[in-house]
Amino acid sequence: MNTQRRNRLVAIVFLLGGTAITAALVLTALEENVNLFYPPERVVNGDAPTGVTIRAGGMVVCGSVAHDASGLGVSFVLTDYKGSDFMVRHVGILPDLFREGQGILVTGELDSERVFRASEVLAKHDENYMPPEMAGIGIEAEACDSPDSTDPAFAS
Amino acid sequence: MGRLAAFAHRLGSPRWFFDITGPWLVVLSVIGIALVTVGSVWGLVFAPEDYQQGNSFRIIYVHVPTAHLAEALYLAMGAAGVVLLVWRMKIADMFIAVTAPVGMVITGVALLTGAIWGKPTWGAWWVWDARTTSVLVLFFLYVGLMALRQAIPAREQAGRAVAVLAVVGTVNVPIIKYSVDWWLTLHQPSSFSLTEPPTMPAEMWLPLLVNVVGFYCLVAAVVLAGLRNEILERESDTAWVRDWLARKLRGSEA
Repeated sequence: MNTQRRNRLVAIVFLLGGTAITAALVLTALEENVNLFYPPERVVNGDAPTGVTIRAGGMVVCGSVAHDASGLGVSFVLTDYKGSDFMVRHVGILPDLFREGQGILVTGELDSERVFRASEVLAKHDENYMPPEMAGIGIEAEACDSPDSTDPAFAS
Repeated sequence: MGRLAAFAHRLGSPRWFFDITGPWLVVLSVIGIALVTVGSVWGLVFAPEDYQQGNSFRIIYVHVPTAHLAEALYLAMGAAGVVLLVWRMKIADMFIAVTAPVGMVITGVALLTGAIWGKPTWGAWWVWDARTTSVLVLFFLYVGLMALRQAIPAREQAGRAVAVLAVVGTVNVPIIKYSVDWWLTLHQPSSFSLTEPPTMPAEMWLPLLVNVVGFYCLVAAVVLAGLRNEILERESDTAWVRDWLARKLRGSEA
């Protein structure tokens, strides 16, 4: 390789290296802000602010879903299965994938009792796919029966 | 190394490239169309539905190949950018010029299929998490490469400026790939990796694999066809293109 080409290659390596380092520094500095939601641990330990709109996520605790006798109101508990849970209260339509044992993201505010008042509920799908016969048909119970359906994303 | 160096040297000649790639184009198109047909029919009709998402999971048979290609095409353009900047090889510039619009469309399809899947599954068309946002940045990089080329009238300067953007933009590709591991996102981690078993049974991932390979062949054929057109256009005042054209015209009259 002649000198001119080598110099150009070195310049490109420096350009690319510099860009990569810049991107890495910016993203490291932004770390908390790049995360889409607060995991249960940070909601419980007080890192998540109250009274402002935030997103939080967790797994729906089995048996915790309680629908209001009338209307669209529902409350449930989100957990990371590591001892941090918080209560969510939502009035509105739930996504089709909402069920006990499912990973869920909620958008809304933490009130003064640290109950999460959700204005939007989103289902977080994990990377596992399977046909119904493998999942054992009993769809409602399935997510709660099999411990391997725990989404590790919430255990930060 | 000797053979590789000789190949790289010959690549410097657009005419040689044009001559040898005629048959490749046919082979890639035939394989690509066959695989995408088989993979799509298999995946959309015969693969079992997902126990939670039902039929809407089938969009992965388009979403995963296009999302994969969106990243791979950008990396290929970055490599071509280095070749252009260091070795001043004309064909590298043509490759970037041809690939940018193809990559933009492929990235657009990945974003669109993701949104269509997101609505029934997540409950939202779009969420600003690290994965979706970094792929949107990739889309704008493709658009930027095309806009930058249009903005500079002198072809050689335009080619170099675009190559610099192509090289610098590759920094975004690992961010896309690892966004789901580095940050808390709504998007799930990859279903496929080279080191771990797939996260679904074979009757679901085999058609996906067929479609991924098929999409790669099909897109390679599209890029190659575009590249051959670009060569003819840029070399249109040379004797070999005129000869080639004369032969073509004689062939079509006979």
